[in-house]
Amino acid sequence: MSSAEQAVETDRQTMEVDIACVGFGPAMGGFLTTLTQAWSESPGDPAFESKVAPGMPLQVLCYERADDLAAGVSGVVTRAKGIRASFPSLDPSQIPMATDVKQERVFYLLDPIGASRRSLTLRAADFFLRLGGRLCVKDEAFELPSTPAFLHKRGGLVFSIGQFNQWVAAQLMANGMVQIWPGTPVSSPIFAEDSNEDRRAVVGIRLADQGVDKDGMPADGFMPGMDVRARLTVVGDGPVGAVGHALNHRFKQGEQRDWALGMKMVVELPEDSTLEPGTVWHTFGFPEPEIFGFLYVHPDRLVSVGIFVPSWMSDPARTVYRHLQHYIQHPVLWKHLKGGTLHSWGAKSLEESGKRGEPFLAGDGFARIGEGSGSTNMLTGSGVDEAWTTGVQLGEAVLELLRGKRSFTEQNLADTYERRRRASWVERGAREAEHARDGFHTGFVRGMVGMALAGLTHGRLSLKTKIPSAPKEIRPFEAQGIGDQKLREAAIQKATSEDRPFHDALLTVRGWPEIPFDGRLLVTQQDALLMGGKIQALAGFADHVRFLDKELCRSCNEKTCIAMCSGQAITQGADGTPAFEREKCVHCGACLWNCAHAPDGESGNIEFLAGAGGLHSAEN
Amino acid sequence: MPDSFHIVVCAGIAPDPLQTLEPTTSPNGPGVKNEMLLPAVLDPWAASALYEAANLAAKRPGSRVWLVSLGPKAKLQQLMMIVAQKASFELIPIDGPIGGFTDAHSTAAALAEAIAAIPGLDRTKLLLFGGWESASRGAGITLQLVGERLGITDQFQGVDRIDPREDGSFEVLERVEAGKQQASVFLGAPAVLGWATGNLAEPRNSPQVGMGNMRTIMPALQKANSVKLETNSLRYISVSLPSQQRTTRVVKDLATDEIARELVEWIGAE
Repeated sequence: MSSAEQAVETDRQTMEVDIACVGFGPAMGGFLTTLTQAWSESPGDPAFESKVAPGMPLQVLCYERADDLAAGVSGVVTRAKGIRASFPSLDPSQIPMATDVKQERVFYLLDPIGASRRSLTLRAADFFLRLGGRLCVKDEAFELPSTPAFLHKRGGLVFSIGQFNQWVAAQLMANGMVQIWPGTPVSSPIFAEDSNEDRRAVVGIRLADQGVDKDGMPADGFMPGMDVRARLTVVGDGPVGAVGHALNHRFKQGEQRDWALGMKMVVELPEDSTLEPGTVWHTFGFPEPEIFGFLYVHPDRLVSVGIFVPSWMSDPARTVYRHLQHYIQHPVLWKHLKGGTLHSWGAKSLEESGKRGEPFLAGDGFARIGEGSGSTNMLTGSGVDEAWTTGVQLGEAVLELLRGKRSFTEQNLADTYERRRRASWVERGAREAEHARDGFHTGFVRGMVGMALAGLTHGRLSLKTKIPSAPKEIRPFEAQGIGDQKLREAAIQKATSEDRPFHDALLTVRGWPEIPFDGRLLVTQQDALLMGGKIQALAGFADHVRFLDKELCRSCNEKTCIAMCSGQAITQGADGTPAFEREKCVHCGACLWNCAHAPDGESGNIEFLAGAGGLHSAEN
Repeated sequence: MPDSFHIVVCAGIAPDPLQTLEPTTSPNGPGVKNEMLLPAVLDPWAASALYEAANLAAKRPGSRVWLVSLGPKAKLQQLMMIVAQKASFELIPIDGPIGGFTDAHSTAAALAEAIAAIPGLDRTKLLLFGGWESASRGAGITLQLVGERLGITDQFQGVDRIDPREDGSFEVLERVEAGKQQASVFLGAPAVLGWATGNLAEPRNSPQVGMGNMRTIMPALQKANSVKLETNSLRYISVSLPSQQRTTRVVKDLATDEIARELVEWIGAE
């Protein structure tokens, strides 16, 4: 350790708590709700006395990197089985933007423009559908006769995760039993000294340093991040969280290879809108076959509309924002959205490996919940209720251990938390979904067939395949055909002459029309950032996106990290390497899995570290 | 010279001023559309006052800082988890309506009553801080009215700086017309100071400060008094937002002078 590093360690403060929690999302909401509901019922129970601060109540602290609790925009539809179990008398009208699911429809969207990259099989299918005329196709969309049973959300809820999290947080904080601190990123877990791949042990967390330059070196007002030592560390920092990733790297279990970027808008519908609150649409087929989309109608003429761009879309030009603009202009959607106003906007990475990506759920002194623990079910297209339920399961387990005066060892957590999870509907669903979407890695049609097979047979049948790492999914330009190479050259010329991003120009030369900006709903990406929210980038924190091997970046033709960056925070630098601007980063984490080069064969050439802030959506 | 200060900061909740706001008419009068859904911040002008208060208090051991804030309890609670990490203070919450176009006299009465009831507050040490302006519907007179109701006659507005002197007096730098500043001296507390932007950067988030504050903030929120502000005394004929024009252009590494020139040109074209 250098003398400078020794000085930093001398200044670093330490605090002892009973339970330290990382990240406040649905899973942590479920955990803390379960804990505090039981605590409120028997406040005098000695189980809730602190071990680290004798005479005090249990010390439970939760740290969240966003500047507020529930900062992001996120419309969601969920069966809400676990959520309703936690709140038996839940009244959706008490949660802004929440309502019961009333109607569900599934549409296959044809391409009215003719620019999407459709296979011959798909083009043939489109042709025959069109032959059927209005009996089959209306507004360039084919509606499935009914919603497949595995996909339906009957009896569920449409809501905004942001508003739901705020509602949960308000109840948690009102009882004063736990503290939730926003604007406080956690940089890493603190491993026990003898921790290794065989003995998985964590003794707390380290908060991010403040008063540092962009490279993390001490600068004005340097304040080393505090060490929070805890009897139990609960990790719920999502798919791109720094703590979860550090655990994955150290303990190595599960393959987190399936990803998607969800980009969404909250739109106020025109006054004459006929869409009923509680309406849910699922779509596929447009703007590219691999892109799934949705429209959820909230009360008060608000809709959430968005798309998911998956890691198995091989095209390096993953310009999600442009795709989203084409998506909302599809005739079946546009007839409802035209004349609407953008209220809010946001994006988030989804870890879609599910069961296959499941890491060790617990070790000595730590447990993992939520999306980062592999709870998302990609067959049902559901993650929030599953995440919530894993939090509830850990909450019940912790209560059992506290009351039994048992410590938070790996064995005890396996006996309580893991046992509950394995016996639950979350686990059954995860097993059914495990290979449901494998087929998409070999083609869209195979993917749909595999998904239907898995859905109809409860996972007994599926089209299994080996899933490549996310970087290997990106098809290099030089591996594409001559026609594509020519389009690329034309796009380079267009981008240079018109001073616009290369991937955006590429879509135009491929035949996608320019966006007819209207200043209300069809707006530039930077205007969406301004109208749809505000980026929070507290001063004094280091850059959380780093490019590891600059030479590799310089030689990269695909530059998918730039195409995929939701906030245009990554741009082409003057020296040929990507440049990162923290002040534009929405913390979607897409850059983590959108690098075409994997020095180790698995992870890209980009590090995504702990950072403060991100996008605070206007109406989340 | 007093050995310590008792600083009371009046600070309201405002919808984040960088968000897009839309005026609307509710049964209670004019308002901002979906205000409860919008991200809230501590009014930026008053936030400066809070940071200055914490800075001043830190210079005199034994000083105390109270933050008096009127707004919906749930919003206050959420906001405090952010603000509490910035500076040490004790919260005096008043559970009331969010924003709205309330009568400044009615708001001032509620604030003054809450301040007068603060246990242990010594008026001979009292410095009443607040924002000179507000990012949201500031009447521009609320702080003065609070001061008057508390019988404080030394009042300064547009304050950029305050320096306590050895003899117990204070030197204050106020903004006056034509871009000038006026230096004044007052003999001692109590006084009212409406802060402009101050000179302090937003403090770093400190988990220790936050933890310390929470020991008093959460109990205070649970015991917050509710007030119903008078709205019948005023009738609003119309409300409008200033016209806005947005032009977005992404340019890298533009010289500061060039940015300034473009801005002047753009504003001049209005």
